[in-house]
Amino acid sequence: MALAKLKQDVTDARLAAVSLPEGAAWINAARNDALTRVAAMGLPTRRDEYWKYTDPSSITAVDAPQAAILDNDEGPLFADVDRVKIVFVDGVFDEDASDDLTAEGVTIERLADVAASDIHWAKDLYGVLEARGQKPVARPLAALNTATATDGVVIRVTAKAEKPINLIYLHNDASSDAVLHNLVKVEAGAEVTLLETGPAASRFSKLLEVDVAEGAAFHHVRAQGRDHERRAVTHCFARIEKEATFKSFTLTFNGVLTRNECVLEIIGDDASAHVAGACVGDGKDFHHDDTVFITHDAVNCESRQVFKKVLRNGATGVFQGKILVKEGAQKTDGYQISQSLLLDDDSQFLAKPELEIYADDVACSHGSTSGAIDEDALFYLRSRGVPEKIARNMLTLSFLAEALEEIADEGLAEELRDRLESWLNRHS
Amino acid sequence: MTALDTVEVKEGVDQETVDAVKELSGNYKYGWETEIEMEFAPKGVNPDIVRLISQKNNEPEWMTEWRLSAFERWEKMEEPTWAMVNYPDIDFQDIYYYARPKSMEEKPKSLDEVDPKLLATYEKLGIPLKEQMILAGVEGAEDAPAEGRKVAVDAVFDSVSVGTTFQKELEKAGVIFCSISEAIEKHPELVKKYLGSVVPPSDNFYATLNSAVFSDGSFVYIPPGVRCPMELSTYFRINAENTGQFERTLIIADKGSYVSYLEGCTAPKRDTAQLHAAVVEIIVEEDAEVKYSTVQNWFPGDEDGKGGIYNFVTKRADCRGDRAKVMWTQVETGSAVTWKYPSCILRGNDSQGEFYSIAIANNMQQADTGTKMVHLGKNTKSRIVSKGISAGKAQNTYRGLVSMHPKAKESRNYTQCDSLLIGDKCGAHTVPYIEVKNNSSRVEHEATTSKVDDDQLFYCRSRGMDEEEAVALVVNGFCKEVLQALPMEFAMEAQALVAISLEGSVG
Repeated sequence: MALAKLKQDVTDARLAAVSLPEGAAWINAARNDALTRVAAMGLPTRRDEYWKYTDPSSITAVDAPQAAILDNDEGPLFADVDRVKIVFVDGVFDEDASDDLTAEGVTIERLADVAASDIHWAKDLYGVLEARGQKPVARPLAALNTATATDGVVIRVTAKAEKPINLIYLHNDASSDAVLHNLVKVEAGAEVTLLETGPAASRFSKLLEVDVAEGAAFHHVRAQGRDHERRAVTHCFARIEKEATFKSFTLTFNGVLTRNECVLEIIGDDASAHVAGACVGDGKDFHHDDTVFITHDAVNCESRQVFKKVLRNGATGVFQGKILVKEGAQKTDGYQISQSLLLDDDSQFLAKPELEIYADDVACSHGSTSGAIDEDALFYLRSRGVPEKIARNMLTLSFLAEALEEIADEGLAEELRDRLESWLNRHS
Repeated sequence: MTALDTVEVKEGVDQETVDAVKELSGNYKYGWETEIEMEFAPKGVNPDIVRLISQKNNEPEWMTEWRLSAFERWEKMEEPTWAMVNYPDIDFQDIYYYARPKSMEEKPKSLDEVDPKLLATYEKLGIPLKEQMILAGVEGAEDAPAEGRKVAVDAVFDSVSVGTTFQKELEKAGVIFCSISEAIEKHPELVKKYLGSVVPPSDNFYATLNSAVFSDGSFVYIPPGVRCPMELSTYFRINAENTGQFERTLIIADKGSYVSYLEGCTAPKRDTAQLHAAVVEIIVEEDAEVKYSTVQNWFPGDEDGKGGIYNFVTKRADCRGDRAKVMWTQVETGSAVTWKYPSCILRGNDSQGEFYSIAIANNMQQADTGTKMVHLGKNTKSRIVSKGISAGKAQNTYRGLVSMHPKAKESRNYTQCDSLLIGDKCGAHTVPYIEVKNNSSRVEHEATTSKVDDDQLFYCRSRGMDEEEAVALVVNGFCKEVLQALPMEFAMEAQALVAISLEGSVG
């Protein structure tokens, strides 16, 4: 079917500016296929059902909008954690700032190198999960990433990784337009923690494909920079096999536009997938969108979605979450909660928590609430001598706590909680 | 027999529930056909057909123009595809848009002149068009005091209204209750003022088509301060083959008035699907209250999904004045495909909207139904309670919108939707949209049975019930409450549903 005129125009303009990077035959084929997908689906416009609440025009535009470089007075996150640092500045690998790409239990390579080798296991993952995740909902920006990404990391985990891997995304150019594509393959019984920090670029497209094999565990903790003007579209596509664990948490402080899409497919029995997010937004130019799609295609699996948003001064929060339980995926336990705390009258929360269920022996539930700080709770704290500002921040933090609890490592959770507290103190 | 017989029912769904669903969906009681000589307009739709329908109804020029402009618009529109329903493409040129019994050519002046065949049809449906005190089939009603038991009925047969009962008595109270074609003739000022003001002719594909070709329907006007002395009811019957029914209902509750309105519908069993695209507009002025109840029982098609009614309906109430109140109650058991979202626009301050729905889909039925609560005024309240039950290979979707506009301060919404799946070949889906644009409003959306009131649970537990029993009792009590919101005349039909428990529900 022909695309609508607006969609066709947007797609043509953007694709005219795209030139595919050259590499080995297998990756050239994957990029070409991805570009064909983009052309067939067309880039998103506001009229798309899945972009109803978020305007993609600054993402689909040919040129990236400017974003001022911020001098962050806070030290880097996770500085005290023993980790493998991999630094990208405006989407370009910085060898000097990065550690040696070695750690026990993992093999880390750069996509730029992998793309040049004729034979590589990445062939079976690159763009593969993304392509699977295009149904039933089209995600053309993900396909565009697959087509155009030149770098990223390619990680293979064969045992319990010795230490976490930290991707650090720095921003140094006010008009940078970065595209990164990361692959993680966690082999049977292996375990790894992936940390991602920093604003990355003025406009950032990032895609992560994760294959979690039988009995393996993947932990993902991400903090998307602070008070930054960046526009980011990130995708995470994961395939979760038997008895595997997938856990992802994202913390967002401000940002003009953030769209985090998470597409999980549970294909093995007794597996578990958790996705959580906390975001705090201040001001009219804050727009944060969490779009999650979890498919249950196996028996006795569990999934959890926990999303909390604190919004003030005209900020906008969006949540679009879906649980799809396929026929035969009995004994599924699906839980989804999306909540917003609106600190003033100008902010807004737009949610679409969906369930699509084709199996009868499942327990799926979802809840969504929106409201102001509980005046009774505030009064109680005030009556105990807590000053109003501190009382409000305490209540706000406790509101966000349920999402932070989804981080398995308490040290990491604690550090992020401290950052949140100091942000709240600055913004109240 | 129904597909339910072969389905293995999982533990926790009691037999009573299964039987009740079977009873309701297995044998369609209203599948017979009345043999009566009909008069059709040529098949298809075009400006000439629109003019013809307008002319048959003796409409003034402005009405014809209104229809034609809607038709012009419709031609440019595309059929919506977002609902979770699948059906073969509808050939809009292969349908009769106007069908009336020959005997209705000359409008009967009173019920005595109506063709006895038509009267017999409604008699058989349990809706006798006699001005008697009670509706047949309402058990125990004989003993009840006659007052308050009266129901005025407007009966619509294919494209025309065949008669309206109790008109004289209603007139005494100042209430106007007649077919919409009669209203266009006799009360053009009211129709002109309100028609299309809630559901504009450009609203959506089916509403626009309806605006162009609607043939009849009911019109209600309740003057200020009047409490309508009896329940008003419209009974829709599709009889002729390959005919689409496009009815239009307009209800106006002026300041401080009250009315309870009932709607029922049935159609014969046929192999081919038939289209029903209705529009209902309700205007609720200051301090007025409207209760609108539907028991939708169109032919659902056979077990293999052959035939049945495609029910594409736009229903909307506009609470224009402060403290206006509207309540939608629907029991959806029929239709092959349902696409229906009775909505409330809460414009007046302190206005209230309620939506109670029980949707049962069996065999190959598909239902995509829900509501929209648009909060515009301050301190507005809405409540949504939706229970969806799927069996066989049916698909049941709740789709709803709760929107709190920036000016709707201190507003409140509570939504609960529960689904029950009987058998492993069916589907239950929830697609709520929640848009909150101010912080003094509270919106809660829940879709779990575990959120049953803890105090009530505790009370039941303290009386020695086990937890499951307690939950069942509380939920059942709640469900009954929804059913009891239905007026007496529908309660009979709906009571069969009471047995359905929500044990083992999923969100």
